[in-house]
Amino acid sequence: MTSPKTMFEKIWDRHVVVPETADTPAVLFIDLHLTHEVTSPQSFQLLRERGLKVRRPDLTLATMDHSTPTRTSQVFGGEPIAIESAANQVRQLEKNCAEFGVELFGLQDPRRGIVHIIGPELGLTQPGKTIVCGDSHTSTHGAFGALAFGIGSTEVGHVLATQCLLQRRPKTLAIEIANRLAPGVTAKDLILAIIGQIGVAGGTGHVIEYRGAAIRAMDMEARMTICNMSIEAGARAGMIAPDDTTFEYLSGRPRAPQGAAWNEALAAWRALPTDAGARFDASVDIDAATLEPMITYGTNPGMVVPISATIPARAGDPVFNKALAYMGLTAGEPIKDQPVNVVFLGSCTNGRISDLRAAADILRGHKVAKGVHLLIVPGSQQVRREAEKEGLDRIFIEAGADWRESGCSMCLGMNGDTVPKGEYAVSTSNRNFEGRQGVGARTLLASPLTAAASAIRGRVTDPRDVLNG
Amino acid sequence: MTPIRKIHSRTVVLPSSNIDTDQIIPGRFLTTTTKQGLGKQLFADWRYDAEGRPKPDFVLNQPAAQGCEILVAGRNIGCGSSREHAPWALLDYGIRAVVSTEIADIFRNNSLKNGLLPVIVDETTHQWLIANPGAEVTVDLEACTITLPTGAAVNFPIDAFSRYCLMNGVDELGFLQSQEAAIAAYERSHA
Repeated sequence: MTSPKTMFEKIWDRHVVVPETADTPAVLFIDLHLTHEVTSPQSFQLLRERGLKVRRPDLTLATMDHSTPTRTSQVFGGEPIAIESAANQVRQLEKNCAEFGVELFGLQDPRRGIVHIIGPELGLTQPGKTIVCGDSHTSTHGAFGALAFGIGSTEVGHVLATQCLLQRRPKTLAIEIANRLAPGVTAKDLILAIIGQIGVAGGTGHVIEYRGAAIRAMDMEARMTICNMSIEAGARAGMIAPDDTTFEYLSGRPRAPQGAAWNEALAAWRALPTDAGARFDASVDIDAATLEPMITYGTNPGMVVPISATIPARAGDPVFNKALAYMGLTAGEPIKDQPVNVVFLGSCTNGRISDLRAAADILRGHKVAKGVHLLIVPGSQQVRREAEKEGLDRIFIEAGADWRESGCSMCLGMNGDTVPKGEYAVSTSNRNFEGRQGVGARTLLASPLTAAASAIRGRVTDPRDVLNG
Repeated sequence: MTPIRKIHSRTVVLPSSNIDTDQIIPGRFLTTTTKQGLGKQLFADWRYDAEGRPKPDFVLNQPAAQGCEILVAGRNIGCGSSREHAPWALLDYGIRAVVSTEIADIFRNNSLKNGLLPVIVDETTHQWLIANPGAEVTVDLEACTITLPTGAAVNFPIDAFSRYCLMNGVDELGFLQSQEAAIAAYERSHA
């Protein structure tokens, strides 16, 4: 009898082309390579310099999301992309994909969107796969029981050329989340609480498996939010065992297996979850029932508090105090009711249809507070179409929100969608680093519910205060 | 890639912990399509004011930092975005080794693939280095040690394969390509 294995070990073992030794890392086969305009130009250039081809264009898909505009006039109306270098990057991806025979969802393609939104949406993201992308939030795809992680541009070149990566086997970390989240408390709050507990380097060198009742109760979109921010805890990847929720999500999607192939895949997927008695290198326990909505107050995602808490004090810690000074916040003050200038709803963390629905529940019949800019950017064109079909766009526009075409947008501000200097933004994205959303921008990360509630009140608001009342 | 054996240099110290790759090179500079010339944008928002003038109080703008090839950072450098532009910017500026107690996984991988040496040291050594900016230290890749002016030689961990590639100036793609037969066999058996 073979010894019990974790899900990570099963997927890893199945993809080892050449085992690792003391002298050399393992050669690991990659089942799906997603790529975008920002981290691939130098990789295609590497291929060109060496006279190499893309080995498996059939396992490679390109989209454009980071530096693309979100204004309809620039996406569909023929208005030029305002930033010349961004426009050049978009053209370069078109050229590279044409030259190397890689399928590309271009600027006006109805299937275009944030790379981590479209993989699942298409049914390309599947249990048991190894998935990489030149983007740290590739961890998102782990929600399906895939081993998915971000890589740099040199490694993007390696995968393009050989469909393989050289990897040392990481360690495993089990995060067991007992009980259910309370109403008004979301997957985003849970992952922020986890990062607050284990720290931004707590997962370094590890692949996390999220387990327990709270995870089982979540739909796929919530699970994606959890796995998405594994990187914010320092982990390369986050994973969730596939179950009927996963299979229902995938069934009938355009690039999911169909017919007999579906039944065959399903049998293999059902064998993926971690065996009873399998050992993890480390473990952490969390009680979901005790959590409340969470919000960050500092300049990394580990600087996070429950929304009813005060901003912590750490006398004599210059790094901590520098972060508070950047944020213009004072230790000991409540985070609730801090004034807000901008609210950003979107990103690969919270740009899916369920996130837009949650925000719409709060915004319906309300107006965005005077002076607040609420930017709503769907994660993909499909999410945008679905929102419009459900009439969510009307709710947003009537509330006074700015409703855009899909992309990464204000999460990192590469495309010119930025938070003005010194202003406070409640954002559903994943990083509150200094300058992340614009030079001098001050980001408070929170759930779509908290973001929408804060937009209508113009200050940091516990969404339960709005939902209840 | 130029082979690395020893790096002997004064250190430049950035004591902040959790320096993320957005600080090393802000997102708005990622619309480039090349690796070259990113050194001038290294730490751009810490280094320059709104008008693009160097901020005199930032350490890289001080005369003592000029020519330093070893960056000592606070705990856990390189977290966040996978952008390889971060090691490209550091190398283009002239940094050849980064020292901390923890180095984030993707940044560490990206650094190794470009000839930027990630050096992880223990707490005591780290505290000494943070407290002694400008110290003349030697990073010896062959011996896997960092030697302080006190004479203390401290070991640092590095994967044997990465070390081999760095010392011989060879890149990993060549090795991967040499595995062609195994890759093709894997593809046949998993088709």
